[in-house]
Amino acid sequence: MSGLYFDIAHLLAGSLVLVSFMLLYQDRMFALLNVFALHAIVLSLAVAWQAFTQAAPHLYITAAIALAFKGLVIPGALHRIVQRLGIHRSIEPVGSIGVTMLIGIGLVALSIVVMLPVVTAASSIGREDLTFALSTVLLGLLMMVSRRNAVSQVVGFMSLENGLVLAAAGAKGMPLVVEISVAFSILIAFIVIGIFLFRIRERFDTVDLQALEMSRGEQQ
Amino acid sequence: MTAPGAAMAGVLLIPAAGALLLAVLPGYRLSSLLNMLFCGLTLASACLLYGMRPAGGLYLAVDDLNTVFLIINSLVGLTTSIFSAGYIAHELEARRLTLKYLRFYHAMYQLLMGAMNLALLANNIGLMWVAVEAATLTTVVMVGIYRTPAAIEAAWKYFILGSVGIALALFGTILVYLAAQSQLGEGLPAMAWNQLIAHSASFDPALLNLAFVFLLLGYGTKIGLAPMHAWLPDAHAEGPTPISAVLSGLLLNVALFALLRFKLIMAGNAGVLSPGPLMVTLGLVSLIFAGFMLYRRRDIKRMFAYSSIEHMGIITFAFGLGGPLANFAGLLHMVMHSLTKSAIFFGVGYVTQLEGTQKIADIRGLTRSQPLLGWMLLAGVIAIVGLPPFGIFTSEFLIVTTTFARSPWLALPLVAGLTIAFAALMMRAHGLVLGDTDKRHTLRAYRLAPMMLHLSLVALAGVFLPAPIVLWFRHVVALLDR
Repeated sequence: MSGLYFDIAHLLAGSLVLVSFMLLYQDRMFALLNVFALHAIVLSLAVAWQAFTQAAPHLYITAAIALAFKGLVIPGALHRIVQRLGIHRSIEPVGSIGVTMLIGIGLVALSIVVMLPVVTAASSIGREDLTFALSTVLLGLLMMVSRRNAVSQVVGFMSLENGLVLAAAGAKGMPLVVEISVAFSILIAFIVIGIFLFRIRERFDTVDLQALEMSRGEQQ
Repeated sequence: MTAPGAAMAGVLLIPAAGALLLAVLPGYRLSSLLNMLFCGLTLASACLLYGMRPAGGLYLAVDDLNTVFLIINSLVGLTTSIFSAGYIAHELEARRLTLKYLRFYHAMYQLLMGAMNLALLANNIGLMWVAVEAATLTTVVMVGIYRTPAAIEAAWKYFILGSVGIALALFGTILVYLAAQSQLGEGLPAMAWNQLIAHSASFDPALLNLAFVFLLLGYGTKIGLAPMHAWLPDAHAEGPTPISAVLSGLLLNVALFALLRFKLIMAGNAGVLSPGPLMVTLGLVSLIFAGFMLYRRRDIKRMFAYSSIEHMGIITFAFGLGGPLANFAGLLHMVMHSLTKSAIFFGVGYVTQLEGTQKIADIRGLTRSQPLLGWMLLAGVIAIVGLPPFGIFTSEFLIVTTTFARSPWLALPLVAGLTIAFAALMMRAHGLVLGDTDKRHTLRAYRLAPMMLHLSLVALAGVFLPAPIVLWFRHVVALLDR
């Protein structure tokens, strides 16, 4: 396999991490959704490139699902929800953006330190891919804990899932069952979330989770 | 299709068919009867699997280990469906649920049973992950079914924490595949558990180590181990009580089963860090943490949810300790806990419906207001804290004595944790069931039958374990003790 193949794979996977960082500092709801769509598109390119280099045609399906479903359908649907609920104002993050970015950099460094030495033994094209994938997963987690808003938590979760799909695509010859199931589970998860969002709306006229936390089950 | 194959298909397809049928069927009386019927048929197929084993494939396989889980799963599933029939009739009268929601509830119940059975039968670690995720999603929507602010908060917390846990578990699964792929080649065999366990000695230890950390954190969240337990008390307290019973009695076990499978893969490799101490530590932390938390509970369902964290801690501790005796005790404890905790939740379900509250402070004198229920709840608490003559005494006694014999220093925190939890639960139970009250409740005795059945089984196991069951458990332990 020539060096160019690796370089392009790394470029795409690296871009995914970069877009994850972009997600971290978005403070407008629509911008957040647009960046998430970009995240999914970069993912689908990365997966398609893996499909090409590994000569694994089933990965094209995964790429197509990522592009159509997560790149178009979900951001579109969330756009409509946000519009209908009238919550396109700015999002309030928990900590300051600067601190969050610094933590994010720390997490990427952590995943490099953890993954690179380990995966050398497994002679796989996806060695760096896996490192990038773990970074994306950790950044998704960070986004989920640093946001108070239900929609941005969901976006954080989906970016985390994107990292998992990248890891699954990078693992050479991983059976199709997992990729389709991941896509499928996202679909289910999204329906669930959709129901929740509307339920939350009915009760509180907001999708801000802080309102939910006021009504904790057990008052001390 | 051969008879064993049909039994295996039955365990999966009966709940699936049930979910489809119950989703379209109006009317709750017929639905709750059919719900019981489907659970009964599933139990029958699961029992058939005990006697005959179909040949395993790359996707599904039956062995000694998962038959134990399957049978206990189907049994508690059946008794809970019986309890649920009476419970939801009351909820409907109280207008907390509507007919439309009940249709959804029954379909989800069957789907949950099917997903858990699939997770247990799966030989493919990817398929197992998918099934655990499906089971999680069905319980998320059921926890939120009352649509009160507290229920939505609980379901949301459960959904977010459960998803994160499950995402970490998938990453661990991918890493295991990577470790196996260099030895077993690409494709399905590198995800088949029986292949993995046969060849795990040749896998790359560093990769397996990393994978196990992710799997432990991921599936550990689903088991409810501290400090990843935050979703568990809320989910138990705010959902319908039959779901609390199924969550505590079954779903936690399924997650534990997944973790055990990976522990066995780790144990087959000499170069990896031993998974035992990690599990022992998490188990002890959960036990002691939950023990202290029990004192501050004001909500009856939340209190028993913390008791589930405590017991999952004990079971994880026992399996982490390893060895024939500790594994045997862990397995016995798991079965006993499933039966006892679901029985307690049946009782608690009636208590909260009769008293109209979940607050411990508002409930007292149950032995006067509804003597049979009160005494049975007391029996359940006596069983769960580990007093004789119940089966949990046997398993806890075995765990404690093995710990003293093998590593006395671990016995100290273990016994301390058990004592703390014991005192807390007895103190609370005392206030609940004893004391004087003017209230008088009526409850038909037959509705307590599922609770009675569970408690008699647990009491029977405490006095006398039949030889075939001991032999069967020994086979399982031989599998666990590589």
